[in-house]
Amino acid sequence: MTLVEPALAERVLARALERGGDFAELYAEARQGFGISIDDRRVERPQGGRERGACLRVVQGDSTYYGHVDGLVEEDLLRVAGSVAQGLRGEAREPAALSSAERAAGHAVEIAPPDVAAAEKAELLRACDERARGAASEVAQARIGYAESRREVEVYNSDGRAASDDRTRVRLSAQVVARRDGRVETGTDTLGGHAGWELIVADPEAVADRAAQRALTLLDAVDAPTGRLPVVVGNGFGGVLLHEAVGHGLEADAVQKRASVYAGRLGDELADPLVTAYDDGLRPNDWGSDGIDDEGTPTRRTTIIENGRLVSYLYDVLRARKDGVESTGNGRRESFRHLPVPRMTNTFFAPGEATPDDLIAGVERGLYAVSFGGGQVEPATGDFVFGVSEGYLIEAGEVTAPVRGATLVGNGLEALRAIDGIAADLEIATGYCGKGGQSVPAGVGQPHVRIRELTVGGTAS
Amino acid sequence: MSLEDVARRAVEATVDAGATDAEAWAEEGTSRRIRVYDGEVESLSDAGGRGVGVRAFVDGRSGYAYGTELSEEGLRETAGAAREAAEVADPDEYGGLPEEFGTTAVQGLASNTLVDWSTERKVDLALAVERAARKRRGVTQVENAVYSDAEGGIALVNSQGFSAGYEATQAWAYASAFAGEGSDLMTGLGVGLGRDPGALDPEAIGAEAADRALALVGARQPSSRRCPVVLDAFVAASFFGFIGSMLSADAVQRGRSLFAGREGDEIAAPALALADDATDPAGPSSSPFDGEGSATRRTPLIEHGRLLSFLFDARTARKAGRATTANASRGSYRAPPSVGTTNLTLQPGEAGLEQLFGEAGDGLYVTDVAGLHSGVNPVSGTFSVGASGRLIENGEAASPVRELTIASDLVGMLQAVQTLGSEARWVPFGGSVKAPPVLIAEMSISGS
Repeated sequence: MTLVEPALAERVLARALERGGDFAELYAEARQGFGISIDDRRVERPQGGRERGACLRVVQGDSTYYGHVDGLVEEDLLRVAGSVAQGLRGEAREPAALSSAERAAGHAVEIAPPDVAAAEKAELLRACDERARGAASEVAQARIGYAESRREVEVYNSDGRAASDDRTRVRLSAQVVARRDGRVETGTDTLGGHAGWELIVADPEAVADRAAQRALTLLDAVDAPTGRLPVVVGNGFGGVLLHEAVGHGLEADAVQKRASVYAGRLGDELADPLVTAYDDGLRPNDWGSDGIDDEGTPTRRTTIIENGRLVSYLYDVLRARKDGVESTGNGRRESFRHLPVPRMTNTFFAPGEATPDDLIAGVERGLYAVSFGGGQVEPATGDFVFGVSEGYLIEAGEVTAPVRGATLVGNGLEALRAIDGIAADLEIATGYCGKGGQSVPAGVGQPHVRIRELTVGGTAS
Repeated sequence: MSLEDVARRAVEATVDAGATDAEAWAEEGTSRRIRVYDGEVESLSDAGGRGVGVRAFVDGRSGYAYGTELSEEGLRETAGAAREAAEVADPDEYGGLPEEFGTTAVQGLASNTLVDWSTERKVDLALAVERAARKRRGVTQVENAVYSDAEGGIALVNSQGFSAGYEATQAWAYASAFAGEGSDLMTGLGVGLGRDPGALDPEAIGAEAADRALALVGARQPSSRRCPVVLDAFVAASFFGFIGSMLSADAVQRGRSLFAGREGDEIAAPALALADDATDPAGPSSSPFDGEGSATRRTPLIEHGRLLSFLFDARTARKAGRATTANASRGSYRAPPSVGTTNLTLQPGEAGLEQLFGEAGDGLYVTDVAGLHSGVNPVSGTFSVGASGRLIENGEAASPVRELTIASDLVGMLQAVQTLGSEARWVPFGGSVKAPPVLIAEMSISGS
């Protein structure tokens, strides 16, 4: 399907450049989605939607003029192009000729989610609900949600780029509440990818099960310790620490404004040589993968840390142009209502050779942080904070009691330098990353990683 | 076609498709966003959009669909999708439209002067914010100075005869400034909001960003301790915004709120009074009707420390045998209504900030918290969140601190509220909350 014919795109770009500009781009998108959940034993909130729209931008020097519109009607596109051009004062420029948009090599989707009846999705949620409630008599409440989306994207720009992508994502999430005496605890788990229904149907109940087991484990949790301790961080969602504490600081917009502790540090030894990390938007069917980014640049694997040395930032077209390099395919946006900015795709530490047990065995007294409830970082300083949603004490090299209420507080540079062990069990989990008011799917991941020392803010006095 | 016409046609199409009841929420708006950097425009946008969301009720089941195609055919497709979605939902004995509908007159939601502001004047305003922040000695960078505004209309129509609409405008500006260098770099945020750009004070916004960053320069990790804590208005607003979301009857009825079963209990110190108020003209989330057509109102939630009410929509009210408090909230036409706060207002006290410091004696002044939503257990209320600010020594602000966590539990914190400050302000992030600074008698601080 073509959203905007190349001939129309050419006219729209010519209109956008009628008062000058170094670069103009038309981004068109058709989005559709469906979601449904079971909560309190009832299947509810089935909802679907369809949207089409476009974003137009003209870049002149360091200034960007843009507008967006709902719908893909010719006269609206031309009107927005004219209105965007009003910001400029120069001579008209001719955009390059455009061919038909080339469809990116995408990610395999075996069963298109809209082809599956909504009733089947509801049944799957019921089965997950049963599994969660059957885990133990202490399970008091369960909410399971399913969401699917399809985004068809076309990008045309004044340099002659014409590219398109067709992205299907599915995600299943479970939140289970367990109660015993006065204690109430919550466990969560998710499964998702740039993939079709086949990913979900493989073993949906396992998601409900893991969420239930987390909640049940927490019923026995003791208060978290406080102080500076060694921390072993779990694989999969544990990678949110890398995402927040390092990845955001490598996004070129923050770097160029010197709003990042990693500015000017390219080539520096920032970690032990055993540390290598990638941003990889190509990984087949992973949550943060796409065929092209939202500026039409093919996604790729970018090494960001190689044997402890910082080797690359993450670029979109604009910031790459400014640094005289190529875009790394990280120009991403939430929708046609937003401008692209440098964003991570799937960001993770490369696997090492140790086993998780090796890492834990080396700790006399510390914290095993399996999963986080979320986190936040100030890219300018690298200061971060993470809530540990599943954690355990490590005593004499063994994992012992579960803990609750632990928070990790630290600084990205310091934490990176303190990594002294990496396991082989790489796994990518599904996250939503927020930046500048835009939320995009981002894959976070890592193998088990050990950090020599980190501040643990606990609840134990 | 007016917005109410769009919504009416969507309702008709949904009933035609076989729904027993239907409701449509239509939206139309334009917005501008101007970001300046280093004295130049970094980006400038002018955007418009419209769309409609439809709820279809079929024999006690409900489904939702939305779309941006507002032609007859587009509306029919959206209506059909909502009707179809309803079939897979389980029946809900408490579901359905409210029994009563209405509107409350709220003056001043839309300013008629926004239209008089040219793009150039708005750019000048954003530049003035940036200049105000940059000119403070010690400010090393202003990462962002942003001016933004929006104007738009909302219409809500249902098959029980309700049809109403309103228009609203918003304008806001913010800046984030840095002070210090390298690993000692600290950031500060300044923000202002109103119904039109005339309500914004660029000097004050820029100065606030600069002052908040400068106050933290040289911050170090403090030692762990238990001490009195003063939350500034930003931080108090974040905490009370979170507490407000826990007062949702939906969270309560589904066993996800620590306040379940506590109605009528003394859950807070006697000095504390919290209300939800959708009728305050200055409140960013004010409106004449809620997301399902109930007339908006002011609902006292906590008074004299006692929990008076939860927040209800029609469904949760039926389940509890109560009346709705008109808290069916809509983020946009892209989602069905759900229970939420409108504007939360925490009643100010009489103490100035210096007085709060004096009362605290030796303690901590918190000017920023991070990770609130991941750091609080909503069911037990225990929390541990990252924070930065300044120590208070002998009743005065002393050295800046960072990389610390503050821990307590929400009810414990509410009961430890000792004194409320006098200077309340609107804080537009994490919901819409008007809060003063608050002195908490004791909290646990974890540092080195």
